Amino acid sequence: MTSNNSRPLLEVRDLHVSVGDNEILDGMNLSVGLGEVHAIMGPNGSGKSTFTNVVAGRPGYTIDRGDVLYEGESILGMFPDERARKGIFLAMQYPVELPGIRNREFLRTALEALREARGEVKLSVREFNKMLEEKAKAMDFDPDLMKRNVNEGFSGGEKKRNEILQLSVLDPKLALLDETDSGLDIDALKIVANGVNAFRGPDKAIVLVTHYQRILNFIKPDYVHVLIEGRIVRSGASDLAHELEAQGYEWLREPAEEAETVGATGRPS
Amino acid sequence: MAAPKVISRTSTQEELASDYKWGFVTEIEADVPPKGLNEDVVRLISAKKGEPEWMTEWRLKAYRYWTSEEYREPRWSKVSFPPIDYQDIHYYSAPVKKEKGPESLDEVDPELVAAFNKLGIPLAEQKALTGVAVDAVFDSVSVATTYQKQLEDLGIIFGPISEAIQKHPELVKKYLGSVVPYSDNFYATLNSAVFSDGTFAYVPPGVRCPVELMTYFRMNSEGTGQFERTLIIADKGSYVSYLEGCTAPMRKTTQLHAAVVELIALDDAEIKYSTLQNWYPGDKDGKGGVYNFVTKRGKAAGKNSKISWTQVETGSAITWKYPSCILQGDNSVGEFYSVALCNNHQQADTGTKMIHMGKNTRSTIIAKGISAGEGQNTYRGLVKIMPTATNARNFTRCDSLLIGSKCGAHTVPYIEVRNPTAHMEHEATTSKVSDDQLFYLMQRGIKEEDAQYMIINGFCKGVFAELPFEFAMEASQLLKVSLEGTVG
Repeated sequence: MTSNNSRPLLEVRDLHVSVGDNEILDGMNLSVGLGEVHAIMGPNGSGKSTFTNVVAGRPGYTIDRGDVLYEGESILGMFPDERARKGIFLAMQYPVELPGIRNREFLRTALEALREARGEVKLSVREFNKMLEEKAKAMDFDPDLMKRNVNEGFSGGEKKRNEILQLSVLDPKLALLDETDSGLDIDALKIVANGVNAFRGPDKAIVLVTHYQRILNFIKPDYVHVLIEGRIVRSGASDLAHELEAQGYEWLREPAEEAETVGATGRPS
Repeated sequence: MAAPKVISRTSTQEELASDYKWGFVTEIEADVPPKGLNEDVVRLISAKKGEPEWMTEWRLKAYRYWTSEEYREPRWSKVSFPPIDYQDIHYYSAPVKKEKGPESLDEVDPELVAAFNKLGIPLAEQKALTGVAVDAVFDSVSVATTYQKQLEDLGIIFGPISEAIQKHPELVKKYLGSVVPYSDNFYATLNSAVFSDGTFAYVPPGVRCPVELMTYFRMNSEGTGQFERTLIIADKGSYVSYLEGCTAPMRKTTQLHAAVVELIALDDAEIKYSTLQNWYPGDKDGKGGVYNFVTKRGKAAGKNSKISWTQVETGSAITWKYPSCILQGDNSVGEFYSVALCNNHQQADTGTKMIHMGKNTRSTIIAKGISAGEGQNTYRGLVKIMPTATNARNFTRCDSLLIGSKCGAHTVPYIEVRNPTAHMEHEATTSKVSDDQLFYLMQRGIKEEDAQYMIINGFCKGVFAELPFEFAMEASQLLKVSLEGTVG
């Protein structure tokens, strides 16, 4: 397990977020360092997706209090594309269909935007195609899907796999995976997990949001956090996930005072 | 009647700050008769062209029909504009020729060559667009036609219609007005009386035209109407792909453009007609711009013939046009692919008519309307299956995309079926650029404006795919320029 002494890549401080009149996140704290894989688990409606969406900058959320720092800088005032160009990637729970936009063109446009921001030279079409072919092959991704419009007519599994292929091609620093495992059969799950594990490395960080412990058999997290009612109520090592699998979440629904002491840093003590 | 020579007015670009980059004015001496329309003006136009008697008579017949008591502009379209004063328009404007007409490009006024170069239409053949023969029309007359000799060797006639009236009267006499009669509608009748030039193309039997034929229309003189007339005939078993592009300077006043296009495809022949219409749309407050009132119709006269219209309409203050197909021959095919964009105060009422007469006739309509700013976009289409049209099929798809909350999209399909064997399909959707789609693209690092443009371009993809390759690129670029500043 990597322990990083320098400042964290992502730091969430006392984050309060609401949608309309509903408060979703109620003082969330989390600190993610380079080289780390964090799993955030929790029941439906606990605020898991809200958290990833807020970090990625999806409109429609009100930040009532707190801050999100990325590489030491507050990102809450940045547009989603600026955050993406800084290295934040969100694998979405429900990837949208983009009629008339071919998957290949889309990936190339996105990669060009990112490479430009990173000060890297433009890839030639041939270089890009070669790279894409290799990555797709590694993920057992049907090459025909490259010629199709983004996610249009893709099966649920194909959409999720497409998200991970994008992760692999775009090569961000921070990957937020929002329920990437949901709706996948065991074979697809293994493929997706392999993709994520290939991405894993000392200069990357992953925050994986999930309902189920199942995916954690394939992607072993360094830390597991339990999010209930907008707060992290428990953090631990990967064995916490097994405990949750066995016992469910109910036993963690404790008075707020106790939760706060555990969740203050989001890191196990 | 002596025609005064005038110099066209100086540019008003300073007064009209706008992003329309085709808005420049060319300083060129023009031959412009006084404003207004009467029989003398019609005779004068005919005389200037040195037309034969039958042509003059045809024009006068149209003029008299146009002046008849009850004859007015069509009122059924969803566009509004102040009444047009038809006596306040110049019906003819021609760049003054030095001595006699240009025999070769060297003799074309360098100012004109420069003007077309600026528009990206080089007239010098060594620089000419690869695989495209161009007929350049400036105000009312054709100023240059490229590749003419090469086409002649194949028996293809391509050039100004004024020249065709002189050189090929039998063809013009036979087909002019055969698809759009002079009495068709108010604007077509006006065009029949006063049309000054336009393009004529004839492809002989069995010949596949090896290049794209293109006409580039440019309106320059102020207060001038443009009334071009295009006639294309594809003889048995021939094929031709034709493209027209249009721009005009920025003017505070509106300009009238009332063109007529007639296509005739005989047995086993195919005509593909593509338009990139980018007339000046007026400024952001809806001042100025071109009134584009155009009648376009093709007759798939022969068996197994095909007529295909593709249009990308991004310009004009008002667009009123319905490129249509009369499917007369058995097994004939009609197609209409359209992207119409209305931004700021633009209005478009456009669509098609598919008239099925022959057996086993098929038609496809794909219409994409984009509305932004306060633009109003109407698709209006008629599919008519006549009793003789056994086993006719039609597929219609109309999609509207809205950007912002002050614009409008309207779909008015008319379907008339008089033969029980017909198969009709109609699909229509209206959507907004969705926040989820925008977020998805932006989350991958793409800037908002590019993301929006990608979504819109994707929306139009099915239509752009029908354009010849180079023009598909241009169309997509045109769309981007026309939508600049609509994001946010």
